[in-house]
Amino acid sequence: MNARNRYGFGFARLALVGAVAVVLAAVAGGPVRADDDATLTLKLKDHHFDPAMPSIPAEKRVKVTVTNLDSTPAEVESDDFKMEKVVAGGATVILTIGPLKAGEYEIHDEYNEDVSKTKLTVK
Amino acid sequence: MLAALLIVFREVIEAGLIVGIVLAAARGVAGRGRWVTIGIVAGVLGAALVAAFADGIANLFEGSGQELFNAAILLVAVVMLAWHTGWMASHGREMAQEMRKVGAAVARGDKSLVALAVVVGVAVLREGSEVVLFLYGIVASGGVSATGLVVGGLLGVAAGSAVSALMYFGLLTIHPRYLFGVTSKLIMLLAAGLASQAVAFLQQSGTIEALATPLWNTGWLLKDSSIAGRLLKTLVGYTDSPTGMQLIAYLATIACFLALVRWVHHRRTVTPAPVSLT
Repeated sequence: MNARNRYGFGFARLALVGAVAVVLAAVAGGPVRADDDATLTLKLKDHHFDPAMPSIPAEKRVKVTVTNLDSTPAEVESDDFKMEKVVAGGATVILTIGPLKAGEYEIHDEYNEDVSKTKLTVK
Repeated sequence: MLAALLIVFREVIEAGLIVGIVLAAARGVAGRGRWVTIGIVAGVLGAALVAAFADGIANLFEGSGQELFNAAILLVAVVMLAWHTGWMASHGREMAQEMRKVGAAVARGDKSLVALAVVVGVAVLREGSEVVLFLYGIVASGGVSATGLVVGGLLGVAAGSAVSALMYFGLLTIHPRYLFGVTSKLIMLLAAGLASQAVAFLQQSGTIEALATPLWNTGWLLKDSSIAGRLLKTLVGYTDSPTGMQLIAYLATIACFLALVRWVHHRRTVTPAPVSLT
């Protein structure tokens, strides 16, 4: 019983130390090179994206500026990569996406999915 | 109307499943209903406030306010779930034994219940503010179909609550002897999923830069945005295109929860305690 517990405690410490080490290594390893980021400007008007078929470079972080020209709130989202941000009516937001691999990625306004749905080309 | 129903339904089941798991996990703890109710009410009020100030929040911290806010409340929930898990690890066994003897036992767990109320509150707050914004947008844009959409939204709330209730009563059919084992595993996976969602927000704000490329995309099999995807997202932290850092956060959270439970058990066996032979 005692031996099992001592083993259990050892495993627990090992797991915790391992987890902390992995997180620290990953955070410390993250390069800071915000200047290299590409940019993309998107507008939402009548729940449609403008440009209608946006495109960004592959394997690069991209700063996306979204301006909602409608009076109602929107939530820009993608089903194909991580992007989820509310844009109040008449507001502008900035968010960071990628680096993404080359390909086509679906994007939409969650509150008006059918009309807003379009493709983001990454190349 | 159907679209509104679906959108609201998806948000409500995410918060509702969390409430269901929390209620089941706190079974047999006195005052459970009151604290969970406080959590829900505070969450709804908070959601209305967050929706009202959505623009202002977004503009905080150089435009990253929304992401940092979301990440912060998700991480608060993770910490509270860890606290509850530690508490259950030290009291759960006695509670399960008492419940077997008396049927519905009463245990003291005020501190743990505060933690669970916070978890319920932030879950309702986060999903609720999106529902409020969505419904507000419909009302503000007016039009003939606005009434139908609001009705759809309300039906979505009802349907989401019904699914959450089913989940809760499903959990209750588990024998009390095994219930805590099941709910503590559910809570561990729930917390891991919340941690991974928090990382996604921190990557979107540019706070975390490393390992931000999606590792794979299982969207062809099950999309995050589908109903089943939402269910699995809440229950086990499923996401169709996780980034490397999200995966690390997910696994690290599970490791921390396992370590916490083992540590609490270890402390219990070191200090003299009544021995159970069952």
